Amino acid sequence: MDLDFARLGELTQIFGPSGSEERVAEFIATQLRPYCDELKTDTLGNLIIQRHGSGRKIMVAAHMDEIGLMITHIDKAGFLRFTPLGGVRIPNLVGQRVKFSNGRIGTIGVENLEKPNDFKLDKLYLDIGVSAREEAEQFVRIGETAVFVGDFVESGSRIIAKALDDRIGCFIAMEALKRTKSIHELAFVFTVQEEIGTRGAKTAAFALEPDLALAVDVTATGDTPKAHPMSVELGRGVGIKVLDRSMVTSPQIKRWMADVATDRNIPFQWEVLEYGGTDSGAIHLSRGGVPSGVLSIPTRYVHSPAEMLDKRDVKAAVNLLVALLESSAEL
Amino acid sequence: MSNEQMQSAREFLSLLSAGSGVSGYETSIASMVQERFKPLTDEVSCDVVGNVYALKKGNKKRAKIMLAAHMDEIGLIVKKIDSRGFLRFTSIGGVDQRTLLSQEVFVHGRQAVPGIIGSLPPHLLQTKDLDQAVKMEDMVIDVGLSVAKINEVIQVGDVITLRRETYSLLNNVLAGKSLDDRAGVVVMMVCLEELSRLQHTHDVIAVATTQEEVGVRGALTSAYTLNPDLAVAIDVTHASTPDTKGQVSLELGKGPAVALGPNIHPAIYQHLSETAREQRLPIQIEPIPGASGTDAWAIQVTQAGIPTGLISIPLRYMHTSVETLDMQDVLNSGKLLAYFIASLPDDLEELICY
Amino acid sequence: MLLKRLSELNGTSGAEGLVRDFLRQQIEPVVDTILVDKIGNLIATKNGRLSGPKVMLSAHMDEVALMIVDITSDGFLKFRSVGGIDARILVSKAVKINETLVGVIGAKAIHLQKRSERQRALHFEQLYIDIGAKSKEEAAGKVKLGDYAYFITKCEPFGEGLYKGKAFDDRVGCAILVELLKNDYDAPLVAAFTVQEEIGLRGAKVVAYTLVPDFAIVIEGTVAADVSDREEEGWVTELGKGPACSLMDRTALYNPELIQWVADLAHARKIPLQFRRGTCGGNDAGPIQVSKSGIPTIVLSVPCRYIHSSVSIISEKDYTACLNLVAELLKELPRKFGVSSIAKEENV
Repeated sequence: MDLDFARLGELTQIFGPSGSEERVAEFIATQLRPYCDELKTDTLGNLIIQRHGSGRKIMVAAHMDEIGLMITHIDKAGFLRFTPLGGVRIPNLVGQRVKFSNGRIGTIGVENLEKPNDFKLDKLYLDIGVSAREEAEQFVRIGETAVFVGDFVESGSRIIAKALDDRIGCFIAMEALKRTKSIHELAFVFTVQEEIGTRGAKTAAFALEPDLALAVDVTATGDTPKAHPMSVELGRGVGIKVLDRSMVTSPQIKRWMADVATDRNIPFQWEVLEYGGTDSGAIHLSRGGVPSGVLSIPTRYVHSPAEMLDKRDVKAAVNLLVALLESSAEL
Repeated sequence: MSNEQMQSAREFLSLLSAGSGVSGYETSIASMVQERFKPLTDEVSCDVVGNVYALKKGNKKRAKIMLAAHMDEIGLIVKKIDSRGFLRFTSIGGVDQRTLLSQEVFVHGRQAVPGIIGSLPPHLLQTKDLDQAVKMEDMVIDVGLSVAKINEVIQVGDVITLRRETYSLLNNVLAGKSLDDRAGVVVMMVCLEELSRLQHTHDVIAVATTQEEVGVRGALTSAYTLNPDLAVAIDVTHASTPDTKGQVSLELGKGPAVALGPNIHPAIYQHLSETAREQRLPIQIEPIPGASGTDAWAIQVTQAGIPTGLISIPLRYMHTSVETLDMQDVLNSGKLLAYFIASLPDDLEELICY
Repeated sequence: MLLKRLSELNGTSGAEGLVRDFLRQQIEPVVDTILVDKIGNLIATKNGRLSGPKVMLSAHMDEVALMIVDITSDGFLKFRSVGGIDARILVSKAVKINETLVGVIGAKAIHLQKRSERQRALHFEQLYIDIGAKSKEEAAGKVKLGDYAYFITKCEPFGEGLYKGKAFDDRVGCAILVELLKNDYDAPLVAAFTVQEEIGLRGAKVVAYTLVPDFAIVIEGTVAADVSDREEEGWVTELGKGPACSLMDRTALYNPELIQWVADLAHARKIPLQFRRGTCGGNDAGPIQVSKSGIPTIVLSVPCRYIHSSVSIISEKDYTACLNLVAELLKELPRKFGVSSIAKEENV
């Protein structure tokens, strides 16, 4: 199958930190308009794409937001102070480039430290290349967010880019919607604010009241030098989530997903994550509960500007999602 | 409290305790609960999250009273199978790594495979090692099988439970795993038994909830589904031991602990205390300044809010495989709940109005 | 099954009675004489009237356990270990006292601990046994100071061709010794089931002094640390590779010629054999080897994973191979002593 990885490239480069996902929503809406019956955005900004059908109501969720930094202060000399939006790794910030919605780029610097142990968030600042507060205010406002700079690169079977978490999920959902012949009622939700607490998913699920939900998101791997023991590896197939901090996948859902994958010869791997969560974490506890699963894309260096994944896993994920949507399994 | 009742409660608790039901994987426990509650109630059912609901209708069917006790236990899960066939694992729920060494387990793969969480021999340790607790990530499970055989029966993601039977100590004291909160489930059973001898106005739904240990998830969803008029959660609480002087004041064998504080509706606390006094049942008071750490926390703010109470069974060594309680406290808790329910006014509004 | 019964019996250093009684019963029909010496060692002889080198086979009856040293004001029991136990394996276990009383060694609930507490191991002084007593008086009525507490562990088949149980160190040795005694030999044989090995190789010292054999074979259970990704050089022994022949430990340096003889014989009879690749620990061979004018001694051990904890694992293959190898050694010994000069030198 030929996946339009150029589209993925575009997706990753769109500016969309938690709380400001509009541009991503617009892009996805344009791509998917020909493939759906109804398209709308809700109060929080979730993009909800519906395709009518008989059978079950299935919600597919992938989050549009990426992690970023929110500006909290502009000092006299035009240097900015910030707070993280989502799981930003503070120790990795020095020397990174970030970009604002208007395209302005800055570099993160750190004050001189007396001891390495003093390294904390309040010692960091953002330099957007101006010499005074007034100049800075022409380009940025307090409360604005910036995202990492990390261009999209295809390297053999690997892909490297910023925001693969979770633009890859969005991409996979898009490709699946274009291909699936499912008879069920489908609601593809491109959610907002996952990185700061799966908030979009919570409200969307409450409104939609689905019978079943599948989230597509990234997960870590255990295949790098002296990695924390974990069985997931790049290139060995799509991950079927067993556990993370936000959800224990029900044994029935696990079994169903694995059976469908085995049936269609789709390579998969069991995924046990000792931290973290996904949109399904919020969805599965909506109202009286919603049976939920997660397709996990193995990804190295998550939450860095150079996240890395493997095309084979992406292909497996699209195939599995399509197969699950078409599966008539009674749950 | 008849000997028969003590016997039957102890048997049911031993059965539940030895069973496997880690958070998210409670089906086998759910079946046991359903079977046991069927003859005591009018209707038994379960929902998509695995919660078991047992309805005992009241004679005037005015209000809905929800009882909640969780049936899940903390446990472990296989996260990796190494090249020599040893299993790496992580925990589900709050497992203290210091309780794991030299523990026998069951790995629930295609069948229940016995395993051992091993330890390094003392002869090979440096003195400094002895001071540090062994970290969970440095432990492995030995199942004594070749890698080929393992891959036939065990997979990453298989759940692991501790292998432990219950032990009868002196004075009706019982020790075993998962008494948190299978003892609460037994309290509900005793309550239902007592209610069949009493008259009660309101409908009672005893809910054996799932996934409490990972975030009171079963309580969240079941409270939403039922939207009861009043709820009482039944869980366990810490009982004093030699190493908790100054931290814990509740004691084994002195009766259930009735909670009060912001998580608890004051009228429910009042009514429970009065009932205990009238029925001459021993209780202890447990003041909780914030979150109770039980299903009650989630239930209280569900939908438009639910008046919630909490009674807890004093328990030593919580979250180890030798949790210890006094069966007399279990029976007294069940009796207290039954009389509490039977003596509720027909018009609940009056009682719970602020 | 012999090993199962031995493993499930309770008997620690200085309190080996139940084990001794059971062993006595087992060997009575197949030996010539039996006696129990002044410290409790069980000694049996076979073929005393035959001429030839006197071979002593020994295994120790005691296991590591806990001794009750105090009863607190609330009725909890404080204890210390008899022999070497890593305190970290005691938490969350059930124990049996005086054959009928059950107690549990609990731990402060995780919810009540500070994060730093969770990182530190619990020491003996912080641990206690809960028997459900309501008062010191009640506890004192059931338990005396000096009573012993043993792990409650069933001995059962495990995995593929393995067994799990407590006290394999050294009930495997005792079991092998009993089975050997059921055979017939050409030379005089003495079997010593020793006491108090775990607290300082005490029974062996006495027995060697009394018996003065020409040759001694000690049958033990030893460390197998072939677990997971532990580096191979740290394994000491490996399950399934046969009995382990000791090269050196804290208490003895074994004669290389003897070791070679054992290895050659194992090879010739196609019995798997490994070496104990480590010099930690000690066993009854220590005092035996330097008793009076010295006694040529070798040690053959069955590898045990998780030794000195509440549950260990051995391989049936190793157990059988050890039994067979010692049987072969016994057959060969008279011939060996005729040829070799070592034994003669050491016996002068």
